[in-house]
Amino acid sequence: MSYSEKLIDHYENPRNIGSLDKNAEDVGTGLVGAPACGDVMKLQIKVGADGLIEDAKFKTFGCGSAIASSSLVTEWVKGKTIEEAETIKNTDIARHLALPPVKIHCSVLAEDAIKAAIADYRAKATQKSAKDDESPTAAQEAVANAK
Amino acid sequence: MNAFTQIRRNDQPIYLDYQATTPLDPRVLEAMMPYFTYKFGNPHSRSHSYGWEAEEGVEKARAQVARLIGADEKEVIFTSGATESNNLAIRGVAEFYKDRKNHVVTTVTEHKCVLDTCRHLEQQGFEVTYLPVQKNGLIDLDQLRAAITDKTVVVSIMAVNNEIGVIQPLAEIGKICREKKTFFHTDAAQAAGKIPLDVEAMNIDLMSISGHKIYGPKGIGALYVRRKPRVRLVPLIVGGGQERGFRSGTLPTPLCVGLGEAAEICMKEMDSEAKRLKKLQDRMLKGLREKLPEIYVNGDLEHRIPGNLNISFAYVEGESLMMGIKSLSVSSGSACTSASLEPSYVLRALGVDEELAHTSLRIGLGRFTTEQEVDTAVNELVRHVTKLREMSPLWEMAQEGIDLKSIEWAAH
Repeated sequence: MSYSEKLIDHYENPRNIGSLDKNAEDVGTGLVGAPACGDVMKLQIKVGADGLIEDAKFKTFGCGSAIASSSLVTEWVKGKTIEEAETIKNTDIARHLALPPVKIHCSVLAEDAIKAAIADYRAKATQKSAKDDESPTAAQEAVANAK
Repeated sequence: MNAFTQIRRNDQPIYLDYQATTPLDPRVLEAMMPYFTYKFGNPHSRSHSYGWEAEEGVEKARAQVARLIGADEKEVIFTSGATESNNLAIRGVAEFYKDRKNHVVTTVTEHKCVLDTCRHLEQQGFEVTYLPVQKNGLIDLDQLRAAITDKTVVVSIMAVNNEIGVIQPLAEIGKICREKKTFFHTDAAQAAGKIPLDVEAMNIDLMSISGHKIYGPKGIGALYVRRKPRVRLVPLIVGGGQERGFRSGTLPTPLCVGLGEAAEICMKEMDSEAKRLKKLQDRMLKGLREKLPEIYVNGDLEHRIPGNLNISFAYVEGESLMMGIKSLSVSSGSACTSASLEPSYVLRALGVDEELAHTSLRIGLGRFTTEQEVDTAVNELVRHVTKLREMSPLWEMAQEGIDLKSIEWAAH
């Protein structure tokens, strides 16, 4: 199978390989695919206080197209808000890398991976704000003590 | 070395796919050349010396092929390759004896051309038993014995598997078939010229041979058809009645001569070549095992031709590995299935997990493989497997002690 230069570049020089602390509150982790199907992607995003994705990392078990798709999306999501990142479509990935038809599912998986990472981040954020409501903040405590 | 006898140019990758095809041995090319040029006659022309000369070349080749398998030259017919030989053997014999018998026995790990021929027979109303294989890729002889009935016309079991290189117990299978009075056909495309074959000692009634798997030309093969006791076939191709009526059409003299020469070289050099390849196989496996944990050889390592290794590199997907090792030409599973995304049906038949099947490479060593090439291949494989494992989430999880089977994956 012949692949595009962009795809080969992402395969040979993958961007943003690695892992972020999956337990950190500002990190969202998406793990999609299945070993039996021949591809598994782990994609992580780290969201800054300003709401922008300040870092993204991936690890992928899969064919060259799967590796390239996940490498590409880590590049694309960086600096975006999660709402913007959510709008990335598998067709954009497939077009950018000129994926052959039998490899379109790799781009679908990459889109799923972003969505899963965002969902994980949001779930954590909701949990955190719920916790914040229960436990008084330092400022509230100070006010209470002054009374 | 001139341009036509050089096996590999320096800018070409290292060829490690000898089960897919083999390069033409320069000695074979040399034997063929006169028949492309001044000995161009039709071997079936009886009225002049051009025809006689070509016929002489063809008949010498027939004898060379016969000697390789312990047969009489009258029992060897030329075909276009092992696919045609397999089709002719199985369909031909089934059709001829269909009034009395309607059952065929084969295995699940046969080459696609045997399996597809059997499917075709099923559509015609025949019954086919597909024997499973054990974990090591070999059939269970008791299961074979139990599968044969008095309606079984032919048992077709490959001599050596094209993906995992395992050698089936041919002599034992032949003995059972003879006892049960059924014909024994073996697809020997990967076996002929690599391991000793003897149609008498092994009670083989039909045997398929391929030219391009034994350093001969593509487009030629042979079928051994036993004469005593006689095996009858309905031909696939009819016409002038050449090849004892089993296969009409003018013989391609240069290709026949090439197959004959290739067979003779294999016979002369089989022992020394097998020893040399065994050393290379050991060297490659030792080199990989020293540097890479969690690699698994698929198929029996003892009952195996020395020119084949099929290895699962756990946690690294096969196609991505092939993309990395650009300087090596290997295959992931069977080349025929690489267009699909399904893992190899042969590995699945051995009970190899799907996730491990996705990580397998077939490495074929052959006549022109050097020690240096093996060392380069080991280094390349180690480098890329290590790199890809570092970016594999599965490897990371395994290192953290997570049992991958405990996770509920979303199949897609």
